[in-house]
Amino acid sequence: MGILTWTWIIVGLTFALYIGIAIWSKARTTGDFYVAARQVHPVLNGMATGADWMSAASFISMAGLFAFLGRDGSMYLMGWTGGYVLLAMLLAPYLRKYGKYTVPMFVGERYYSQTARVVAVLCAIFVSFTYVAGQMRGVGVVFSRFLEVDINTGVVIGMAIVFFYAVLGGMKGITYTQVAQYCVLIVAYLIPAIFISFMFTGIPIPQIGLGAALSEAGQRLLHEDAGFLLQKLDQIQRDLGLPAFTQGVKPRIDVFAITLALMVGTAGLPHIIIRFFTTPRVKDARASAGWALLFIAILYTTAPAVGTFAKMNFIKTTHDKSYTEAPSWFKNWEKTGLIVWVDKNGDGKMQYGPGAPFKGKPKLIKTEGGDLKRGEYGQVVVANEVIPNTRNEIYVDRDIMVLANPEIARLPAWVVALVAAGGLAAALSTAAGLLLVISSALSHDLARNVFFPSMTERTELIIARIAAGLAVMMAGYFGIHPPGFVAQVVAFAFGLAASSFFPIIVLGVFWTRTTREGAIAGMLSGIIFTAAYIIYFKFINPAANNPQHWWFGISPEGIGTIGMIINFIVTTVVSLMTKEPPQEVQHMVRNLRYPREA
Amino acid sequence: MLTKDQLQAYWRQNLTYIVVLLSIWFTVSYLFGIILADVLDRIKIFGYPLGFWFACQGAEITFVILIAVYVKLMNNLDRRFGVQEE
Repeated sequence: MGILTWTWIIVGLTFALYIGIAIWSKARTTGDFYVAARQVHPVLNGMATGADWMSAASFISMAGLFAFLGRDGSMYLMGWTGGYVLLAMLLAPYLRKYGKYTVPMFVGERYYSQTARVVAVLCAIFVSFTYVAGQMRGVGVVFSRFLEVDINTGVVIGMAIVFFYAVLGGMKGITYTQVAQYCVLIVAYLIPAIFISFMFTGIPIPQIGLGAALSEAGQRLLHEDAGFLLQKLDQIQRDLGLPAFTQGVKPRIDVFAITLALMVGTAGLPHIIIRFFTTPRVKDARASAGWALLFIAILYTTAPAVGTFAKMNFIKTTHDKSYTEAPSWFKNWEKTGLIVWVDKNGDGKMQYGPGAPFKGKPKLIKTEGGDLKRGEYGQVVVANEVIPNTRNEIYVDRDIMVLANPEIARLPAWVVALVAAGGLAAALSTAAGLLLVISSALSHDLARNVFFPSMTERTELIIARIAAGLAVMMAGYFGIHPPGFVAQVVAFAFGLAASSFFPIIVLGVFWTRTTREGAIAGMLSGIIFTAAYIIYFKFINPAANNPQHWWFGISPEGIGTIGMIINFIVTTVVSLMTKEPPQEVQHMVRNLRYPREA
Repeated sequence: MLTKDQLQAYWRQNLTYIVVLLSIWFTVSYLFGIILADVLDRIKIFGYPLGFWFACQGAEITFVILIAVYVKLMNNLDRRFGVQEE
């Protein structure tokens, strides 16, 4: 059986599974819909959180980021895991004790202010929409690459599936589907990684294989002599004029700021925080954060190994090899524009090195018959303007490191199909979690608490379903018509969460004296500063987006760290200058600290 | 029923745990993985330069352990003060 047949079978089976779970776990009450009736076991909640957290970007792009950034890439690994430590110790148990449904609700009650709550609703909706549009696009991309359907058809199929289980099952349906999706995506990620690690080093555990020496089989495959894999790759990169793989090149201060902004941003993302509302007890909320991080770390510690093996293999099989002898995966993926060769020096061989081969993303040329235009050696041709003063002739998209990995390692067709199913699981699970945040913000925080406080639970459940449905449609729309700035606004999501929610929730729990005025002033100053910095460098004056112009050498990706510090300072100072919170609020805050009424 | 002093003692103990564990959190990631990474890289463990290892695996593994330790400590603390849930 071919790859395509296998992919349809495996993707079809996983989708049937998700739908089956959705029917089994239909939500009957708003409690079911918002927080899965608080019946989720901490291990299962950990898996669901893992799937919720690991998006299409984690699954498809993480290893590639590491492959091309080397050690600097680990800021993403640390940044996207370290936030769970903050969650477990500073947020999850107290918010679980609080025992309501949404993050804006906590903000509103803790700060005895409808304004604070509405600001929180807007932040939650903005952050979640930014994120969800990217997920839907990811679903479309996986469909088009593996199942050879149009991207937009892919988005629509993805929408239909998410619509079904999010609208029907709410948090309950989403949680149990995410558990299944976690299993699918982690198996899909580990199998190729284990194979490749074994091929190169003879060690089947990728985390150990990465630090190991090449095995004899590995030496033959890569045409290298004996030695540690990482040292070999360092040497190869230096020979090509690239920085050594295990060394960092970015300024320390920027790596520091980006890592911190990602960690704090993780801990402030509403779709992650609400996961901890679903456990039965406070102690389960703590444990759940631990399980979630364990399940996430399994993938995140595998990613650098995958990236490194793939990078090694990529350079060894392409650099200075003539195109006609290029491996078959190169020719397969060339058609997608993810990897492209331009013969600058006219020697028919592919040279890899520092710098870009041409300007921008590859623009493939179609002939009148609708086929791709081919060059002298049969290679795909692009319309981009070539950059003459770089030696590099190969354009390579980082996503290929995961997508083409099974083919690079010559694994059987069903493994390729599994990777497709894994990518879809990662994208769908994250999209569903985000949609729930949007739906509950609309139905619970706006409809019930601001506009129609007297409506019945039945009505609210209907409104929640309609809101979830609308959110799916919106997400689908953005998936089909992606705003050009999706990539840029990802920095926004983390920066905003880091500079708005995190400081005021932490202070709200740990310092009874934090006042309404302090929190509102802190949130606004944090957001406005962060947003202004990002908008300036990303949209108004992108030409100045370089270390010479950044404040303290911190890039827009890391500026959330400064925004967070500003928020902490402003909240504290303003709180000290304003009247202390009402006694009942202070009493509520003290109560959050003890799992049982004491 | 706990006295005010007992309640404060519970909370202070929790804060102590948090401060100690977050110091480790900071050390393995920001110090070992970023600021001191180049210095630690001179030490090699198998093929891994040590700073590189902390950045791409060591910090992440330590994070998991930190949460596990915190969960254990807090469960014991809850029981000691009788504020655990059924």
